[in-house]
Amino acid sequence: MPKTITIDPVTRVEGHGKVTIRLNDDGSVDQARFHVAEFRGFERFCEGRPLEEMAGITARICGICPVSHLMASAKTGDAIYAVKIPPTGEKLRRVMNLGQIIQSHALSFFHLSSPDFVFGLDSDPKDRNIFGVMKADPDLARKGIRLRQFGQRVIEILGGKKIHPAWVAPGGVRTPLTEEGRQEIISRVAESKETTLLALSIFKGMLDQYKDEVEVFGNFPSLFMSLVGEDGEWEHYGGSVRFVDSQGNIVADKLDPMNYKQYVGEAVEADSYLKFPYYMPLGYPDGIYRVGPLARLNTCSHIGEGAPLAAAELMEFRQRGGGTVNMSLYYHYARLIEILAGVEFIERYMDDPHITDTRVRSIAGINQLEAVGVSEAPRGTLFHHYAVDADGMITKVNLIIATGQNNLAINNTVDQIAKHYIKGPEIPEGMLNRVEAGVRAYDPCLSCSTHAAGQMPLKVTLIGADGSILDEVTRG
Amino acid sequence: MDKIKLATIWLGGCSGCHMSFLDLDEWLFNLAEVAEMVYGPVVDAKEIPDDVDVFLVEGSLANVENLEMVREARRKSKFLIAFGDCAVTGNVPTMRNRIAKQSTVLERSYIETADVQAQIPGGMHTAPQLLSKVVPIHEAVKVDMHLPGCPPSAARIKAAIEELMAHHYEPLTGEKMIKFG
Ligand code: SF4
Repeated sequence: MPKTITIDPVTRVEGHGKVTIRLNDDGSVDQARFHVAEFRGFERFCEGRPLEEMAGITARICGICPVSHLMASAKTGDAIYAVKIPPTGEKLRRVMNLGQIIQSHALSFFHLSSPDFVFGLDSDPKDRNIFGVMKADPDLARKGIRLRQFGQRVIEILGGKKIHPAWVAPGGVRTPLTEEGRQEIISRVAESKETTLLALSIFKGMLDQYKDEVEVFGNFPSLFMSLVGEDGEWEHYGGSVRFVDSQGNIVADKLDPMNYKQYVGEAVEADSYLKFPYYMPLGYPDGIYRVGPLARLNTCSHIGEGAPLAAAELMEFRQRGGGTVNMSLYYHYARLIEILAGVEFIERYMDDPHITDTRVRSIAGINQLEAVGVSEAPRGTLFHHYAVDADGMITKVNLIIATGQNNLAINNTVDQIAKHYIKGPEIPEGMLNRVEAGVRAYDPCLSCSTHAAGQMPLKVTLIGADGSILDEVTRG
Repeated sequence: MDKIKLATIWLGGCSGCHMSFLDLDEWLFNLAEVAEMVYGPVVDAKEIPDDVDVFLVEGSLANVENLEMVREARRKSKFLIAFGDCAVTGNVPTMRNRIAKQSTVLERSYIETADVQAQIPGGMHTAPQLLSKVVPIHEAVKVDMHLPGCPPSAARIKAAIEELMAHHYEPLTGEKMIKFG
């Protein structure tokens, strides 16, 4: 009896996702799709607002990575002001951006995905969550909670609030770092490194236990895109755009974010509010590319100076993953390495003699009418493109959001997992959780990707081969 | 004394209020002793149980599914909290309301800036119908407590929850506790 299964809502991901799995008459999977069910329309309703409001408004696209929107928006503002921001202003922005990468990646690993690792993919859904981990392994849960807290505290010390701080502005940042704040950050570095190294050893220890999952959870060739620094080092704030292919060959390098329209195309599909970005020269869908932690570790030539622990981990990551890593389960691994790099780089910035300087913002007016600001959000490259009138009022906005660029890849992953694990009408809950775990590997921020957040995560609806809804499999 | 059944949900918001909830950090251990999370984005439950004691509803009502979910949350819970400015006032998502023709909101994202297959999504399972206006949740259901803030700080969330744990429902007072933004 042909069916389509909809996993709705996908749980333990941020935002609203739905997976539909259409079965053939013999019960095998015909196709599995990932849909995002929410839309708010930031690109339209920002028109007419003053440039200086954009950081505060666009931060409200996402509560997990507001700092990314603050960064991209402020950088667009810098370019519209055509102003050079004070060196300490940039360093402090970088420290906050690293704090966000740490807190967001810690959330993804400890709060959202560790339940799958601690209890197993087939475990009872009732305890497969952070509260279950707090009961089963309180020490690990506490360490994970404190690691995320470290990232959030860095953001709060700099910007006054952990979520949606009003601190980054065109021209720099509003307030400098105090000596007291610097001391508190330094005091938590050692513990944060220790927790991250522990999490890395746990994950590496499980790689052989999850050998076959690693092979089928979104393991396919694609391009990878991210910012890289002057000489190709890991970059999260500045630098230029680089694409590499699935073998690691550089396909395009030193691309100016201002011309993103020449290399990032956007396709629309009828069944999702999430658009489908692709690498323009290769067309759609062959131009599929992935962004985020896996991509950043694939595109960068090295992690950069001053992060020896992360550099060593990156080498091992590449040995284990076969050079350029195409296996999406390695996103978890990459996130942990990026946390480590983040902690090491923050430690280095705290030793910078100018880090507590008070000249942190340049003042200027509207000098350009159009600009693009880019930053690396935890989940991938984020572009803000504004046009303004002479008074600095927004006339047009286009946002290319991190998670959205993984939309094609997530769809491939969901299709690959469903075809591998789902046979016949009776579908054990653990199989559905594997499909969700495939989505979770990308740590998608669906609230960002459609600039919106909507209903609850993943539920399963059965749809017949003729497209009619036959049955709804819900669990829990 | 069995545990208080706590549920959370995010509707038309940004998840920032849920992140602020997680900023309770190690106090979550204390909370876990007196309360049990029976539904929400951080747990795997797929259905809202019928006997929820306290329901934290984040976000505004932006589409028909938000409306259905908030009504279901109201039906199945004793005490419902409008959690954060989006739930209390509609906040940033309501910026869509001042645009006369709602369709232009969709056209900008899916027609004008699309390079391939420009179309307005609307397949069967895709996208719930947008409400003509984004509204706060008290326009759809009776709210027992409004917890303002964008997001409310972890300290403010803790104060509200501690009130409920002690079974008295005095309103929070003072600028630290009741401030938008
Ligand atoms: S109130 Fe603020 S933090 Fe909470 S969901 Fe709305 S925009 Fe996000």
